[in-house]
Amino acid sequence: MSQLSVSLLRLGFLVLLWAMVLVAIAVLRSDLYGTRVTSRGKGRNRRARHDGRANKRAAPSRASTGVRPGAVSTRAPAVAHLAITSGSLKGTTVPLGASPVLIGRAATCTVVIEDDFLSARHCRIFPEDGRWFVEDLGSTNGTFLGNQKVEDPVPFSMGERVRIGATTVELRA
Amino acid sequence: MATVLEVSVRVGRRSEAVLLAIAGAIAIAARAFVDANAGPGIDGSLAVYSAAVVAIAAAAHVLVRLKAPDADPVLLPAVFALNGLGLAMLRRIDFAYLDRGRDTSFAQTQTLWALIGTVSALIVVAVLPDHRLLRRYTYTAGVLGLVGLLLPLAPGLGREVNGARIWVSVFGRSLQPGEFAKIAFVIFFAGYLVSHRDTLALAGPKVLGIRLPRPRDLGPILVVWAAALLVQVAERDLGASLLFFGLFVAMLYVATQRISWVIVGVGLFAVGAVMAGTLFSHVGARYDAWLNALDAEVYDSGKSYQLVQGLFGMASGGLFGTGLGDGSPTLVPYAESDFIMASLGEELGLTGLMAILSLYLVVVQRALRAAIGVRDGFGKLVAAGLGFAMALQLFVVVGGVTRVIPLTGLTTPFLAYGGSSMIANWWGVALLLRISDVARAGATASATAARVAR
Repeated sequence: MSQLSVSLLRLGFLVLLWAMVLVAIAVLRSDLYGTRVTSRGKGRNRRARHDGRANKRAAPSRASTGVRPGAVSTRAPAVAHLAITSGSLKGTTVPLGASPVLIGRAATCTVVIEDDFLSARHCRIFPEDGRWFVEDLGSTNGTFLGNQKVEDPVPFSMGERVRIGATTVELRA
Repeated sequence: MATVLEVSVRVGRRSEAVLLAIAGAIAIAARAFVDANAGPGIDGSLAVYSAAVVAIAAAAHVLVRLKAPDADPVLLPAVFALNGLGLAMLRRIDFAYLDRGRDTSFAQTQTLWALIGTVSALIVVAVLPDHRLLRRYTYTAGVLGLVGLLLPLAPGLGREVNGARIWVSVFGRSLQPGEFAKIAFVIFFAGYLVSHRDTLALAGPKVLGIRLPRPRDLGPILVVWAAALLVQVAERDLGASLLFFGLFVAMLYVATQRISWVIVGVGLFAVGAVMAGTLFSHVGARYDAWLNALDAEVYDSGKSYQLVQGLFGMASGGLFGTGLGDGSPTLVPYAESDFIMASLGEELGLTGLMAILSLYLVVVQRALRAAIGVRDGFGKLVAAGLGFAMALQLFVVVGGVTRVIPLTGLTTPFLAYGGSSMIANWWGVALLLRISDVARAGATASATAARVAR
């Protein structure tokens, strides 16, 4: 084999190595950029105005399209998720799918919260007929929806808060 | 206050297949280069090897698809590529030793270990439905880790090689139980810290602005950790004691989120390092060989011979390397184990070495990402611990070989010759796959639900 082809093959191997690295990083990009940071509280409105992308993505208003807001969305519909607004897991969001979410201290729960005031299997949040319900699972210290103590399943609508131990869980769109 | 929401998570099984194909191509091409340049030329054995690589990659992919469908798509291929490179390099070193009249079979043995490692990792993925089951065995893992570390000290069983007593002979093979102890301790630390992190972080007296935990909270873990360190010092296993210390501090930091632990840990480490340097002659010699490596006196006395030969090797590799099979890696003692990075640096050059380090970076990043994504504290700590252990181990090895820090013997994960390290690291990858599967499952499930709803 000629010297040139040997050198080319040698460099080709290095290119192959870097191809592996770059393809791997390309796959990881979805993790780096595939997140949306939502700020809450005061900064929210101000940021939304300045963020050009947020404006572009917003659904067209009813006036311009004649469509009821929320009926059509320009991107994948935002799935409901649980936002933990206080307690040890503050700031965590848990996407809600078609399956019930179990909250408690036990390791087998969907959301494991280390809180001495929680029972091992404290409460359950589950979907039925397109709505969400919250149900207490016989916890020692109780589950509260607003100020109401929850025993049997009660509807859990968007924006409402469930308080368990030191943790507050909010249902968001 | 802000929340981070994943907009769309791709499951990535197809990306994994593509990456596995590239990884397989790297493994096969590397071996072809070695055979053509240093060995007997390309012959039938390459075809057998290629078939085996393809078969294992395909089996791994299918199994992950079935058993951990949401697992991280990058982890497995990156490890495959590293493993393939390591096997090719060992084969190359075998040929180099053969030229110098020493008959070795590193590659053959290591291929067997890699096979056992891969298959056992796949079995772990298949059999272990949820990493949280391991939390039940917190203390069992702690005891197993300690016993594993103590085994080499047992008379008749332990073997001393080059002054370090870290091997045991089993069935005529030597095993390094410390490698397995690493995983056991990650599980023990994680299980213990997740149950006690609140009391560790909040209860206890405040000294100099740092909240110290109560002795009864920190006690058990401190006992295990101190015992592990003592045993390793007795076995003269410097690198491993450094690794354990760092792992402990990092996991404590992750669990309690107190930066003070890192400060205390680094301070203690500095004190320990200075004391060890003055008290133990073999540690002092390492410092000397590191600081004055290129002094004629130190080099001629043989203290820094290995280190400097490694540096020369990497220098002769330059930017693009001599090419696989065209260098002379065996001029460095232990080119197959401690100095495999120097061997790779010589033949693949800085470009190749950077690619290899980037692959490690990707693996470590995936481990930490799984730790962020997973919702239970135990999984977070295990994934963060495994990721950090790999990063620190790599830093200690590569830093030692490139003369950034004093040289201490640790294995380079997946590359260096050594069965225990290979198998233990594969188990670590299996755990990471399992945790990343749980971490990404919720997000992908809701993304799928969204797609269906639309």
